[in-house]
Amino acid sequence: MKLVSRICLVASLVVLGVGPTGTSGTTGTPGPWNELALAIFPLKMTGIRFLGPDVPVVPDVPVGPTSAVYQRSSPRRIISIIPAVTEMLFAMGAGEQVVGVSSYDRYPAAVASRERVGALLDPNVERIFALKPDLVVVYGTQQELIARLDRAGVPTFGYQHAGLADITITIRRLGQRVGRSQEAERLAAQIERNIEEIRQRVSGRPRPRTALLFDRESGTLRGMYASAGVGFMHDMLEVAGGADAFADVKRQSLQLSAEMLLARAPEVIVEIQSSEGWNAEKIERERTVWQTLTSVPAVRTGRIHILADDRLSIPGPRVADAIRLLARVLHPAAFGAQ
Amino acid sequence: MTLHKTASPLRRGLPIVALCFVTMVAAVLAAPFIGSTPIRAREVFSPTVAFADNVDAQIFFIARLPRALAAALVGGALAAAGVVFQGLLRNPLATPYTLGVSAGAALGAMLAITFGASWPVVGSVELASLTGALVAVFVVYLLATARQQGLSSTVLLLAGVTLNAFFSALILFVQYASDYAQIFRALRWLMGDLDVVSYRPILSALPLVAIAFAGFAFLARPLNLLALGADAAGTRGVDIERAQRIAFLGGSLATGAAVSVGGPIGFVGIIVPHLVRLVVGADHRLVLPASTFFGAAFLVVCDMIARTVIAPIELPVGVVTAVIGGPFFLWLLLGKR
Repeated sequence: MKLVSRICLVASLVVLGVGPTGTSGTTGTPGPWNELALAIFPLKMTGIRFLGPDVPVVPDVPVGPTSAVYQRSSPRRIISIIPAVTEMLFAMGAGEQVVGVSSYDRYPAAVASRERVGALLDPNVERIFALKPDLVVVYGTQQELIARLDRAGVPTFGYQHAGLADITITIRRLGQRVGRSQEAERLAAQIERNIEEIRQRVSGRPRPRTALLFDRESGTLRGMYASAGVGFMHDMLEVAGGADAFADVKRQSLQLSAEMLLARAPEVIVEIQSSEGWNAEKIERERTVWQTLTSVPAVRTGRIHILADDRLSIPGPRVADAIRLLARVLHPAAFGAQ
Repeated sequence: MTLHKTASPLRRGLPIVALCFVTMVAAVLAAPFIGSTPIRAREVFSPTVAFADNVDAQIFFIARLPRALAAALVGGALAAAGVVFQGLLRNPLATPYTLGVSAGAALGAMLAITFGASWPVVGSVELASLTGALVAVFVVYLLATARQQGLSSTVLLLAGVTLNAFFSALILFVQYASDYAQIFRALRWLMGDLDVVSYRPILSALPLVAIAFAGFAFLARPLNLLALGADAAGTRGVDIERAQRIAFLGGSLATGAAVSVGGPIGFVGIIVPHLVRLVVGADHRLVLPASTFFGAAFLVVCDMIARTVIAPIELPVGVVTAVIGGPFFLWLLLGKR
């Protein structure tokens, strides 16, 4: 018990950003899996603020008294600690202005040449200052980092994951902020058109009851987490023509028990996994784990899909591609498959 | 006269042991019928519907019965191990986790969670945590027996506490090297989870728990005498060394097996033995079986509460044991005065 409480305490301190910040920014396994974790876990763990259904979403938090001054000039040295926002910046043609990215950034390939400045839990403030940024994109809960940047007069762009609609809202605001309004508008409009096209394509078709999982202990049906009735994953599933089996639970994530799956009886099970480490053989092996729950329609009809693709977990400009991936497995007929 | 004195509390305690046993059986039988989804007993045991198509039966036999059995196994093992460690160390604050078993198990689980995907040698979380527990037991045992013939409870305690701290530091190091998702999984594991979904984890832990309990069967009298002090026990013809070894290894084995199934669920191992002592007295012939049965029943009920109270969201069972166990114990403690 003592051990548990001690670990919980330290972990919560680390999560809250009280932990050591001066160490190397290259921790952990790479991969935008962490983008997803960033979307869902820290909100749960820190309890700082949970984006409920009726909580007004604040994708762009104007931070600090000095922010307004910097709004006039377009920044030339941007640091982004959020992989989704990094993608947005590159997609709107502001990639040249990006000088620093997080330790979890993998896309686009050009981020390989950018300086790494840590991530949500371990931003390297020293390296951030050394890069002389004139804009730092931070996560809304990084209060300490925001305060430190503010004291140093470095403007910040606050951001928090929310729903699907907030992606294009963020792109437009970000475009204004970095002096790329027109490009951002074009990008956002294109994403919205693509999303609308998918919505049209699956409209009128029966919507299969779908469980969208984003974590499970490999080899067993333990430690399962699913997207519930709030958040961009839920929104993606709905646009792709699925009916979220856990839509009534107004949370971003839900730990699933075997009973929950048996009771909700999803017709399709989609597991989102990282692009890395999931070959065809592993996917096939993990699909068989589900055979225990034979009364679940998805298991009986074999409609269990493990999609190992990072696009599905990053609420960035590639979100329409991600929705198309989902729509293809939910409505194969609508996409030309037999 | 002396005989009469010792026999009478034992005889008075036996019905309570029986009551604990009945409570355990009742809890295990009732728990699978209670849950967030209503199921009908007639459907569950229906001979006409195939099991593969029978949702009620699948909820009963796949989702709930393994959980109830796992809770009973884990609860019984932890409570018994708590009694044994408190007796062995002659310290009412001892828990099954005092001697480093849980820290070793936790380190194993952390390694499996963090590196399991890229380094399959580590194996499953269950196996890794069991291995970690056994390594910790082995190290503590070597330390405690290194300098002298017997098993010094002081050295045992110090070695265990030190190893706990050492493993905790390693755990934090591993966590610092993990990403958010892994840290979350690790934290969740520490909170305890009995949704085992299959009977395999129970069956693989069962032999270990059985061996431990076979050892416990010989421990009641030695533990009673140990309570009077090691020297006093020695003069009454008890092989103290052997009893201490059995207590330490048996308690550790039971703890390691329990933690590998459900994670380091707290409170059961310290609250249940004291609760039982408040009712039946200090005689280990009563405390040991009564704690085992009551611990099993207690954890089954706690897990039932964890999965129903704010369904469909589940509470971690470790939270429930502490939230319910703590105040209940204090109430009993104060009421007894």
